[in-house]
Amino acid sequence: MHKIVTRRELAPQTNLFEFSAEEVAAKTEPGQFVILRIDEDGERIPLTIADADVEKGTITVVCHEVGKSTKQLGSFKEGECILDLLGPLGKPAEIKRFGTVLCVGGGVMAAPLHFQAKAFHQIGNRVIGVVGARTESHLIFEDEMREVCDDLHVATDDGTRGYKGLDFLKELLKKSKVDRAIVMGPVVTMKIVSELTRPLSIPTIVSLIPIMVDGMGMCGACRVTVGGQTKFACVDGPDFDGHQVDFDELMARLKMFTAQEKLAFVFQEEGKRSL
Amino acid sequence: MSKPKPKIKKEAIIMPKQEPKDRISNFEEVALGYAEEQAVAEAERCLQCAKAACVEGCPVEVGIPAFIQLIRERKFGEAIKKVKEKNSLPAVCGRVCPQEEQCQARCTMGKVGDPISIGRLERFVADWERGQGYKVPQQSASTGKRVAIVGAGPAGLTAAADLAKLGHDAVIFEALHKPGGVLIYGIPEFRLPKKIVEAEAEYIEKLGVTIKMNAMIGKLYTIKELLEYFDAVFIGTGAGLPHFMRIPGENLCGIYSANEFLIRVNLMKAYDFPRSATPIFVGEKVAVIGGGNTAMDSARCALRLGAKEVRIAYRRSREEMPTRAEEVENAEEEGIILEFLTNPTRFIGNDRGWVKAMECIRMRLGEPDASGRRRPIPIEGSEFITDIDTVIMAIGRTPNPIIQQTTEGLEVTKWGTILVDENGKTSIEGVYAGGDIVTGQATVISAMGAGKKAAEAIHQYLTKKRTK
Repeated sequence: MHKIVTRRELAPQTNLFEFSAEEVAAKTEPGQFVILRIDEDGERIPLTIADADVEKGTITVVCHEVGKSTKQLGSFKEGECILDLLGPLGKPAEIKRFGTVLCVGGGVMAAPLHFQAKAFHQIGNRVIGVVGARTESHLIFEDEMREVCDDLHVATDDGTRGYKGLDFLKELLKKSKVDRAIVMGPVVTMKIVSELTRPLSIPTIVSLIPIMVDGMGMCGACRVTVGGQTKFACVDGPDFDGHQVDFDELMARLKMFTAQEKLAFVFQEEGKRSL
Repeated sequence: MSKPKPKIKKEAIIMPKQEPKDRISNFEEVALGYAEEQAVAEAERCLQCAKAACVEGCPVEVGIPAFIQLIRERKFGEAIKKVKEKNSLPAVCGRVCPQEEQCQARCTMGKVGDPISIGRLERFVADWERGQGYKVPQQSASTGKRVAIVGAGPAGLTAAADLAKLGHDAVIFEALHKPGGVLIYGIPEFRLPKKIVEAEAEYIEKLGVTIKMNAMIGKLYTIKELLEYFDAVFIGTGAGLPHFMRIPGENLCGIYSANEFLIRVNLMKAYDFPRSATPIFVGEKVAVIGGGNTAMDSARCALRLGAKEVRIAYRRSREEMPTRAEEVENAEEEGIILEFLTNPTRFIGNDRGWVKAMECIRMRLGEPDASGRRRPIPIEGSEFITDIDTVIMAIGRTPNPIIQQTTEGLEVTKWGTILVDENGKTSIEGVYAGGDIVTGQATVISAMGAGKKAAEAIHQYLTKKRTK
């Protein structure tokens, strides 16, 4: 059992959870993820770690409610417990002194991106940050990112805050010499940014969370094509070269259970009504 | 006139099964087990050979004639005690062991009629005991030694049970959220009910073993770190990595590894979706690729999940199938189509990235290969296309690599298995290994045999070693 030490609503349907998980916290590095299970009937939910506090013995994740399980997690309160927490999984991000690092975080992934940006900043990289969201109310971790970035830009899809869309990056990449780009967010964001950095030959790392079950290399649900080869995101990643990833295949595979997810959601809502 | 000799009954007592038409729409156990009278009648067929060949055929050397004699005498409690002297998972082995290749293959009765149904009798006494409530044997005095076991599969559970019986403090680290390894994630409910695996794991805990779930060794702790707290380590991490064929279209939606398919169904109980939160998709026309037990299990699960037509494509012929005979029979009874000498060459997708057809090629058998089986050779120009909407790749599994990657000094073979001596000792002092992680994909009982042997070796090592 893992207790929710902190729960904070960051944006609509978007919550930060700090779980007590002493052993996991002691081993966590930026870029890794955990798999949670809420209860006995629960799915295994992969979430990228957004922070780890070794002294408190906690790890932090940010979760956006998209389906039955994430919505169920969203209903949990501080002090309550979830059943299982496995981690840290996946390879840690490569945190080195590269020079100037561009860190782009879209949606909830701005939180785990901050974990990396902080690490890049601490060892002396110049960090240019970008936080983006669909609309202003969905922007998260802007202040936290500002603290660890030498320069921070804000963008929204609808232009309600900061730049409208990611086109501004073209200019930004022209003006500043970027040695490495880190992109965490929706697949489409990772694809767009990878396309922008490709002609400039800027090494671009994307963090992939496809559909997963065990998260330890056993099922292959998370297989992605990278440079023409099949890789398992859970053990070979989650970080990959953004210029090599087949994003279209990834997008199709993420939709594999859409029909079932809708059914699960209806089932849950019906259940609530009958109670 | 002399009394006529009692006639030996040549035919085995048949074990009742669920009818195919009923069982294809549920996940309940297919084989129903002997009733008391049936078990006693079957036990009475045993010749009680002085030199019991059956025992030699058993990887854990269960005292077979002795426990069968006790069934005859209706001393079921003593019979199970006899089995458990050697085998801590009898309800599992009675159900999933390939007895026809092991103990029963050597049965003297087999020369004149059906061999004694040793597996069914083992299952009977194990189930009888579970019905009565487990009796935990008296514990040996604590030795004060601590052993870490990595992986709660058949090898790890057996090693832990044996070490606990000898008075050592055994702690199992399991990466998944339930113990059992392949017994819980791989073998389906209708062949091995999960409550039986849970009960057998509970029995092992009652022997004094601690099982720590959600603890992935190699990530949470390394083997070196475990050696700081434990006097010895046993690695039983199994062969859990799925093979793919590396043919075009393999990453289309609707194509699963057998591991993914079975983990969803068994461990995550997707057959009970949406009550159980993990989804599964099964279309109308399912193709399973492979010819082993995993292929049979996947095909039979797909049928129960509503598929209209399930075909197994196997590149060799029926004779080469590495499958438990009873399971092929069950699969065919249920209407699974077996297509031999057939191998896929590519998968064809629709515009949304879903598989809609597969191209296969016919094979013929050539000279025997390294496995001793005749090598399948493609027949040029024999390609044909079949419409399908779900594919399950059941073409084998390779060793889990994480311990090997994170343990400096651990010698590994070119196949990724861990190198051990005849006692299961690895290249690192105090570190032992056994099961599929050493042999590559094999059977439950051979993994248990390896766990047993390693436990003995660890015991020897700990007894000789001075206390830290």
